[in-house]
Amino acid sequence: MRTTYRDAMRAALRQALADDPRVFLMGEDVGRYGGCFAVSLGLLEEFGPERVRDTPLSESAFVGAGVGAAMAGMRPIVEIMTVNFSLLALDQIVNNAATILHMSGGQFNVPLVIRMTTGAGRQLAAQHSHSLEGWYAHVPGLRVLAPATVEDARGMLAPALADPDPVIIFEHGSLYAMEGDLPDDTRPVELDHAAVRRPGRDLTLVTYGGCLPKVLAAADALSAEGVEAEVIDLRTLRPLDDDTLAESVARTHRAVVVDEGWRTGGLSAEVAARISEQCFWDLDAPVGRVGSAEVPIPYAKHMEEAALPQVDDVVAAALEAVS
Amino acid sequence: MGAFTMPSLGADMDRGTVVEWRVAPGDRVSRGDIIAVVDTEKSTVEVEVFESGVVEELLVPVGEEVEVGTPLATIASGEAIQPLPAPSPPAASPPAASAAPPPTPSSPPSRSPAPSPPPPSASPVPVRAHVVSPLVRHLAEELGVDAEALPASGPGGVVTRADVVAAARLGLGVPPATQPSGPGAPPPPPAAPAPPSAARPVGRPRRARVPSDGARVVASPYARRRAAEAGVELCDLAGTGPGGAVLARDVPATPSVSVTGVGAATPAAAAAPSASEPASAPLRRGPEALRASVAALMARSKREIPHYYLRTTIDLGLVRSWLDRVNVDRPPGDRVVPAAVLCWATARAAATNRGLNGHWVDDGFRPASGVQLGVAVSLRGGGLLAPVIPDADTLDADELMRRLRDLTERARHGGLKASEMADPSITVTNLGDTGVEEVYGVIYPPQVAMVGFGKVVERAWVVTDRIEVRPVVTVTLAADHRATNGHEGARLLATIDRLLQDPEEPWSATEPPTSS
Repeated sequence: MRTTYRDAMRAALRQALADDPRVFLMGEDVGRYGGCFAVSLGLLEEFGPERVRDTPLSESAFVGAGVGAAMAGMRPIVEIMTVNFSLLALDQIVNNAATILHMSGGQFNVPLVIRMTTGAGRQLAAQHSHSLEGWYAHVPGLRVLAPATVEDARGMLAPALADPDPVIIFEHGSLYAMEGDLPDDTRPVELDHAAVRRPGRDLTLVTYGGCLPKVLAAADALSAEGVEAEVIDLRTLRPLDDDTLAESVARTHRAVVVDEGWRTGGLSAEVAARISEQCFWDLDAPVGRVGSAEVPIPYAKHMEEAALPQVDDVVAAALEAVS
Repeated sequence: MGAFTMPSLGADMDRGTVVEWRVAPGDRVSRGDIIAVVDTEKSTVEVEVFESGVVEELLVPVGEEVEVGTPLATIASGEAIQPLPAPSPPAASPPAASAAPPPTPSSPPSRSPAPSPPPPSASPVPVRAHVVSPLVRHLAEELGVDAEALPASGPGGVVTRADVVAAARLGLGVPPATQPSGPGAPPPPPAAPAPPSAARPVGRPRRARVPSDGARVVASPYARRRAAEAGVELCDLAGTGPGGAVLARDVPATPSVSVTGVGAATPAAAAAPSASEPASAPLRRGPEALRASVAALMARSKREIPHYYLRTTIDLGLVRSWLDRVNVDRPPGDRVVPAAVLCWATARAAATNRGLNGHWVDDGFRPASGVQLGVAVSLRGGGLLAPVIPDADTLDADELMRRLRDLTERARHGGLKASEMADPSITVTNLGDTGVEEVYGVIYPPQVAMVGFGKVVERAWVVTDRIEVRPVVTVTLAADHRATNGHEGARLLATIDRLLQDPEEPWSATEPPTSS
């Protein structure tokens, strides 16, 4: 079935609401407006205001309400407009959701799912465009997902809801309109493994989320130059799938990590470090990284494009690694 | 400063004995100097030093058998050798107590707090005092290693953890009393997956030799691992990576053509015994040991290599008459014998028949670059060596004759250099002087071909419809059927024949017939 990432996500929400009466969706403009990115369009009409709830503009309040509801036995899905605004709820996510299981000595789980968009590329300027998923991937007690394909958009919500602990799903804003094929019998996907999106032998390109289409395009361009790149989609940013990374790099001996975060202290640094730790004696080149320029993401289109990793940047970094 | 270590003079060599030191502490040496003579179980080899500097200390006395990789001497390189007096505060004045001196400007500070003062005066008085951090000292104690006696590889003569671990693994620097103790703390396992080589421990790249200018070789970790597995030294490789870094692609796939001769050399050489065939040869020297290693190698050859054999008889009439003219004015020592011309023809033919010039490794054939011509030399007492004439396909017959004479002489008297023990890419054997007319060789793994020459004999020979008496020689080829078919083998012999029908050719320009 041909569908879009947005429709796949909506189908997943619809199924979750239909399958489990404990599931409800809340966030800013998720009901009457249909969601800032139209992901929940029509769900209010279908499931009613008890299940699809518009909230006041207070991330701290509605995420905190979600934490409480989850502890009390519900299965809330909380939508935060973008990761930038999730910082207003950081206390609830990091100090409460992620810690309560441990601090209660295992008495309380927080089966909460938080969805938020991330990333740039749509001229929304700095306060709507940053990629801060690496910050959440730093925190024990959270599982962090980054669906990059239509299939993962459709399939990741159900296992996230089934997880007894908090799960954060990052949806890259540039992916919503992306089309892809979905098998008719959609089933939950597993969340423990990275996916090899393209096999190759000459180097490993590691990426996730919104950068996956760019990296696949770069791999095509590299192939035309005789370089066969393997593309790994991390899918789950915490916990990272070390085995898939190590297996690939041990074969290709070179790796370039691509993401939209800033390199300094970023998720790409973590991935590069793990590759060096696990594959040091197999490396034939330094682990390369392609990230965003270390500036707040600009508004002007040409400057935004210049600040973000582009296909040519990935190709150049890959060619340097195999040079 | 660097350590001059017991070299591996063949993949099957695990130990060696210094039979002669040609230098003494304080001597200045340059890269390439012969500084020691090492006796392996098969031969006596002169060993070159790969670093320029001043010999600091001879660590292993003459007559002591040690493992490959054991430091034999320490060489102070370039700047480190500026005479001792002034800038060595740790050595001169032991400020025993707490007031440890700050690191001198000349020596970069070690990561650890302060250099420890030297020990009272117990240990074997190293030429320079070693700087040993408390952590490293602690590790040394745990592993039962005398940190003061170790060669230091860190900046400014600092003994590093790696030095201690390496020494512990080699059982070095251990004060006799504490040696067997090792309180349950085995040296850490190799950081890399240890390749399954039984020949010598290469799990972690050995401390590499450094180039003569003392600079560190820039190489990728993967290249380092590959080089260690192949037994080649990084500083002998030409790096093609950024800034001349050595990458994996720069490391030869087989232990070949390394000018250090680390690869393999003697009959038993190239073959690291496979896992099913542990190096069972007794570690005894002398004729029995040599016999045992030849036996193991030849048995492996016949077990693993599907040999095929070809034979042809070549008319040497033109060569002989040419040689008679060339030699007539020469003193006996400069004369060229037919054997040299046969070697010349084989080398040239191997260069154009590349399928027979190389190695069978890991279920595949790897052609060699250039012809590294092995020459089987029988030794007194039943020994057999195959020293190599490097790039033999670029030499003319005069030069080959000179090399052949020199090499044979030195092989029989134990004067081979390590670089002459490198792995041949094809080998010739010539039993003509014993009177036999044909010899069918047994291939030296991992080579894929051996060319044999018998005696040059006078025969009735048909030359353009007339019967003449001509000198002829029977040339045989033993070749590995995994690498080539009889058709290719036949082409090699045909090429040799053709080359020998143009007697001026061996003295013509030395441009190799193919780019290599």
